[in-house]
Amino acid sequence: MRGTRVKADSRILLGHGAGGRLTHELVARSILPALDNPYLATLSDAAVLTQLPAGRPAMTTDGFVVDPPVFAGGDLGYLSVCGTVNDLCVSGARPLWLTWALILEEGLELELLERFVRGAARAASEAGVVLVAGDTKVVPRGKGDRAYAVTSGLGVVPPGRELGDQHIRPGDAVLVSGPIGDHGATILAHRHELGSDELRSDCAPLAGLIEALFAARVDVRAMHDPTRGGVATTCYETCRRGNLRIELDERALPVRREVAATCRLLGLDPLYLACEGRVLVWVSEEHAERALAALREHPLGRGAVRIGVVAEPSPGLAPLVLRTAAGGRRPLDMLSGLDLPRIC
Amino acid sequence: MCLAIPMRLVERREFVGTGEVDGVRREIGLALCSEARVGDFVLVHAGFAIGCIDEEAARETLAALARIAAEDGP
Amino acid sequence: MNDPDPWSDAGTIRALAGRIEQRARRLTRGIKLMEVCGTHTHAIARAGLRRMLPSNVKLISGPGCPVCVTPIDYMDRAVALARRADVTVCTFGDLLRVPSSRSSLERESAAGHDIRIVYSPRDALRIARAAPERKVVFLGVGFETTLPGIAAALEEAEREQLDNFLVLPGAKLLEPPLRALVEAGDVQVDGFLLPGHVSVITGSAFYAFMTDALRVPGAIVGFTALDVLSGVERLVELVAAGEARVLNLYPRVVTESGNRAARELLERWFEPVDSRWRGLGSIPRSGLALRDQFAHRDASKLDVALDPTCEPRGCRCGEVLKGAIEPPDCPLFDTVCTPLEPVGACMVSSEGTCAAWYRHERCEEHA
Repeated sequence: MRGTRVKADSRILLGHGAGGRLTHELVARSILPALDNPYLATLSDAAVLTQLPAGRPAMTTDGFVVDPPVFAGGDLGYLSVCGTVNDLCVSGARPLWLTWALILEEGLELELLERFVRGAARAASEAGVVLVAGDTKVVPRGKGDRAYAVTSGLGVVPPGRELGDQHIRPGDAVLVSGPIGDHGATILAHRHELGSDELRSDCAPLAGLIEALFAARVDVRAMHDPTRGGVATTCYETCRRGNLRIELDERALPVRREVAATCRLLGLDPLYLACEGRVLVWVSEEHAERALAALREHPLGRGAVRIGVVAEPSPGLAPLVLRTAAGGRRPLDMLSGLDLPRIC
Repeated sequence: MCLAIPMRLVERREFVGTGEVDGVRREIGLALCSEARVGDFVLVHAGFAIGCIDEEAARETLAALARIAAEDGP
Repeated sequence: MNDPDPWSDAGTIRALAGRIEQRARRLTRGIKLMEVCGTHTHAIARAGLRRMLPSNVKLISGPGCPVCVTPIDYMDRAVALARRADVTVCTFGDLLRVPSSRSSLERESAAGHDIRIVYSPRDALRIARAAPERKVVFLGVGFETTLPGIAAALEEAEREQLDNFLVLPGAKLLEPPLRALVEAGDVQVDGFLLPGHVSVITGSAFYAFMTDALRVPGAIVGFTALDVLSGVERLVELVAAGEARVLNLYPRVVTESGNRAARELLERWFEPVDSRWRGLGSIPRSGLALRDQFAHRDASKLDVALDPTCEPRGCRCGEVLKGAIEPPDCPLFDTVCTPLEPVGACMVSSEGTCAAWYRHERCEEHA
């Protein structure tokens, strides 16, 4: 773009972050229209909220850095709201309010910013949450990578809901709400110039799906969203926290063919690729079928399947084991370092 | 020593082409496999087609292995 | 959702494992079969095949992971190149975390040096085209499978007069270390699982030296669980019969004569030189250097300030690479040397023997 003249207001300027007139214009023109709600409209220092519903409040926060910032199935804005909503949901909370802060690089196309805003608004409306406060800062060109988002979320765990890895028992079933690795494969394929019309991130807010599970009176022991590090790392961490063993069944793992192909091309394992719209559910064996039925009734859970079982803990044995399609057994570790494409 | 995967050549220009496997495409160098034609399966390593795949031989190998399973299987 | 993969059909695998067990009963002693290729090591570990074999048939891993056999002074030079202000280093992801004497490419990247991970030498060409003011150095490690692609990229650079594309040659050949291993005789190898994808280039006729000079049987195999097990089955049969033949069990991609065009391209760009291998020392004519007329593409000719070379203390990668010990026999394994903090190269590469053991084989004994 160097050397070409651009219209001054088609890109983010340093002044857009200075808090003056430009900032106000930016917020009024590019952000508020898509996100408009009574809390945000006041533009005051803090959103003063209503009384929380009964239950225990739950809070979480997350930072989002994604390259590319727009991908098949989502964008930075959509992802940043989904991620925080999902962290609340898998803790058993009903998400209510989110804050949303953006750190923008000087020179970012306004059009891209507006896309993130629309993405965040869409995710919020799908999840039934309200973005009650926000902030925008601008860093000089070269000091950031286009845009980063930070979200915090507040929700409430309704009375009577008790989730946690300490509730998981040997014999419990491990379920996943749909195909694994879609998000990670979509991002990596883009970065390594693989083309596909079929790859699409699974990025989605899980509030509705998870409430459907509770509405079906499933006794959920614990839930986690297998984001960074994928299903293997999430299960491994669950084993460690709950002092458990988990056996996953390779033949049961739902992996789309285009995700499997991406993995073969780049030398990666779908078990370690991020999902952004899937949930792992631990339920008692008696509740497993009911849970699967409830998940499958929801559009985001059509592909729900059972992928493993919780085994008796035993000090000598690896905590997480995959029963391979070939009939062997392979211990799974956490993801170590970056997931790099390899040639050998 | 070397990951390589079969892809179907779906398009070719002089020294480059497009390989596809299960809905995923990548540009591949054809300098090492200039005889490959559109529609052929090629073996791709580090962005280059390094050889053609003999589909008939693949079927024969699988059939021979399946016979072992049929003879010795449970 | 997935069609069952016929190449990892559990029924056929059980039948093959049963056959191996039957044939192994006829063996008069325990035998060791070496998988030369790191991708085989990885495939064996991933499918959990080692535990399906009878106790008198042991699979040992050989020096076939290009990352693992790359000597530390190569990494020192790569690091030194990356520190030059005018150099962009392009590398396969495999090398990023391999320790050099005092650093690694990953650390140099964090220190602000320009290091790019590429999937193909062609990606490095693209980077060179986009940055004509920088020297773009591709780290040219690999065996016969990878090297022709590097030569093809060099050829493309030459054709386009893309003067800023260089290669740091770290090329290794398959035959010399196999000979060295067998001839040294300090590791018993009764048969070789030969690397299928190297063989695509070399052809199956290439392995005549195994029959004629080494008198050891071999099987060229592919990378699915079925491929590997059928190789083991046939090798056990050959060992029991005392036959030193080489079988091509991967005819779907390996022909007798291999890829002649690829070999000609290699021949045009490279010449054999003595080369050092981690763990095996210097082996005559076991590496490839750029021919003199292509010195302008040779990044080893660039001036750099090298760190003094020092091998990690206590690391037994060398013996692991020869199949002389298994990873848990190394005092560093799973104590100070883990995939997160690798000391030796065998722990870094995901197809390195130590990494494969750490990830997949510690199963029921270590946790």
